[in-house]
Amino acid sequence: MLNRIIARIPLAYVFRRLLIAIPTMLAIITVAFFMMRAAPGGPFSADRKLPPETERAIAAKYGLDDPLLVQYGKYLGDVVRGDFGPSFKIKDKDVSELIADGLPISLTIGSLSMLLAVIVGGGLGILAGLRQNSAADYSVMGVSMFGISIPTFVTGPILLLIFALGLHWFSAGGLGFPPRLSPHNLTLPVITLALPQIAIISRLMRASMIETMRMPHIRTARSKGLAERKVIFSHALPSAILPLVSYVGPATARVLTGSVVVEKVFGLPGMGSYFVDGAINRDYTLVMGAIIIYASLIILLNLLADVLYAVLDPKVKYD
Amino acid sequence: MTLPSQDIHDIEAPVTEAIVQGRSLWDDARRRLLRNRAAVVSMWVLGILCLIAAFGPMLWVHDSETQSNLIKIAPTFENWHLLGTDFLGRDYLARLMIALRISLLVGLIATFVSLVIGVTWGATAGFLGGRVDNVMMRIVDVLYALPFIFFVILLITVFGQNIFLIFAAIGAIEWLTMARIVRGQTLAIKNREFIEAARAAGVSQVDMIRRHVLPNVIGPVAVYVTLTIPVVILAESFLSFLGLGVNEPLTSLGVLISHGEDELRDRPWMLLIPAATMAVTLLALNFLGDGLRDALDPKER
Repeated sequence: MLNRIIARIPLAYVFRRLLIAIPTMLAIITVAFFMMRAAPGGPFSADRKLPPETERAIAAKYGLDDPLLVQYGKYLGDVVRGDFGPSFKIKDKDVSELIADGLPISLTIGSLSMLLAVIVGGGLGILAGLRQNSAADYSVMGVSMFGISIPTFVTGPILLLIFALGLHWFSAGGLGFPPRLSPHNLTLPVITLALPQIAIISRLMRASMIETMRMPHIRTARSKGLAERKVIFSHALPSAILPLVSYVGPATARVLTGSVVVEKVFGLPGMGSYFVDGAINRDYTLVMGAIIIYASLIILLNLLADVLYAVLDPKVKYD
Repeated sequence: MTLPSQDIHDIEAPVTEAIVQGRSLWDDARRRLLRNRAAVVSMWVLGILCLIAAFGPMLWVHDSETQSNLIKIAPTFENWHLLGTDFLGRDYLARLMIALRISLLVGLIATFVSLVIGVTWGATAGFLGGRVDNVMMRIVDVLYALPFIFFVILLITVFGQNIFLIFAAIGAIEWLTMARIVRGQTLAIKNREFIEAARAAGVSQVDMIRRHVLPNVIGPVAVYVTLTIPVVILAESFLSFLGLGVNEPLTSLGVLISHGEDELRDRPWMLLIPAATMAVTLLALNFLGDGLRDALDPKER
């Protein structure tokens, strides 16, 4: 079984995609780098005017006095070695350290909420699709419409008000002291982030289920006299699940964006908060580091989704 | 390729038939749409919201920018502050109407930007096909994998919170899916008889795309446009929530929600009112989009 799965991984395709990823990442880094530098006002332009010597010393320390192209070259070299440089705003911290602090938090919230969304959204979607135009179908679709139409920065504060400030079931924000990734601290952020995904996935799954149940192989399975449960679970589900797999890519991007909001609402020190604060404070290196991490995540998960698709769907061939 | 005139005539006959049939198809779609209760209600709601956004601020007794010393008062009939006032003592209902106007405008303009780019790109790629198509769609694939919203954030922090920049930037993110849909449609109709006929009649490539291809991809595009507007409104409010949206004295639903969040404990209506307004707007747009899709592609339901 495992051998057959491995044999279906299109290695040449994966290799080529990874090759394409290199110029893509280079383009992202280049655009972001020069955009940040085109900004009026640098990271050290304070309200109080510093003496020119101090300014020069700071610029020299961070390499800001070199010609722009030299800075760019140096930065690229550092990034290749995995060094994102020192943060311009957060004293005595390297961007790599900040990322190491923030990324696990964002990844935990993100993956937990995706898991929740796939289970709940997938389940609801299958249910709605199997009972098309029933009361259950209409209520699932109606509720999911709300999930799509109410943004996380509205549901977040409302959940916070009810379940943290009102009922005291969960923490009212932050990770507590000492910081812990516990259910007490993470339940509300994870649910908030999962809600729109549950909505999208249930709609996707419903449409796909309806389509699959009309396919010839389902008719064949039924005419063989198989129990309806067996038809659904071993014949319909494997093919109905495919659109969900190709949603992994866009979902990653959405969850990463959503996590920026959720981290702000719930005061979590994840990547998203670093990114937004960095952009507002013009912390060049921090913003660049965050963008590079986000882009790599999205590219990797997109690739993973495509490979998974190829493994699951025997009709797909990448040449 | 030249054809004897009689052959052209033969080919043209089914073309007129197709047009007549096409019209009745649109009639069918309209009838199906009008039978969909959620879609009809949504159309009314959207119509009313648009009227309020367009004329409300002019007609309302309070101006949206006049400050007073009644700061953050609760909704009251006194002085006609029906929804209270904001942190500068401005009438909250007047602010809300301006916010609705800006959010709807962002939705429409940014969607229009994405429509123009996406349709041009997709129709060109699909119609020309071959290597051009390959390169153009590969570019879309690569762009798809980029964390665009983060670039928009960067763009706005770098170049300032200009409302036109926000329109363009959001529009520039959303054109990718549009391009894919249009390309798919174009590929599907490219080999149909009426295209062949037009080609045989010597219609130029540009005219072919403009007059024969585009009219036939309008259905799916209309559906996608309706569903893009809410996405764009959400994107703008996301930026506003992070403090990167439109600037004072302008406001948007996202800005009001963001301010409202700070008042959540003591004045929950300052969050709930703009949030409900936004939810109603987005729900109506989503229901209408779904209704349009069901009407134009009846095999879904």
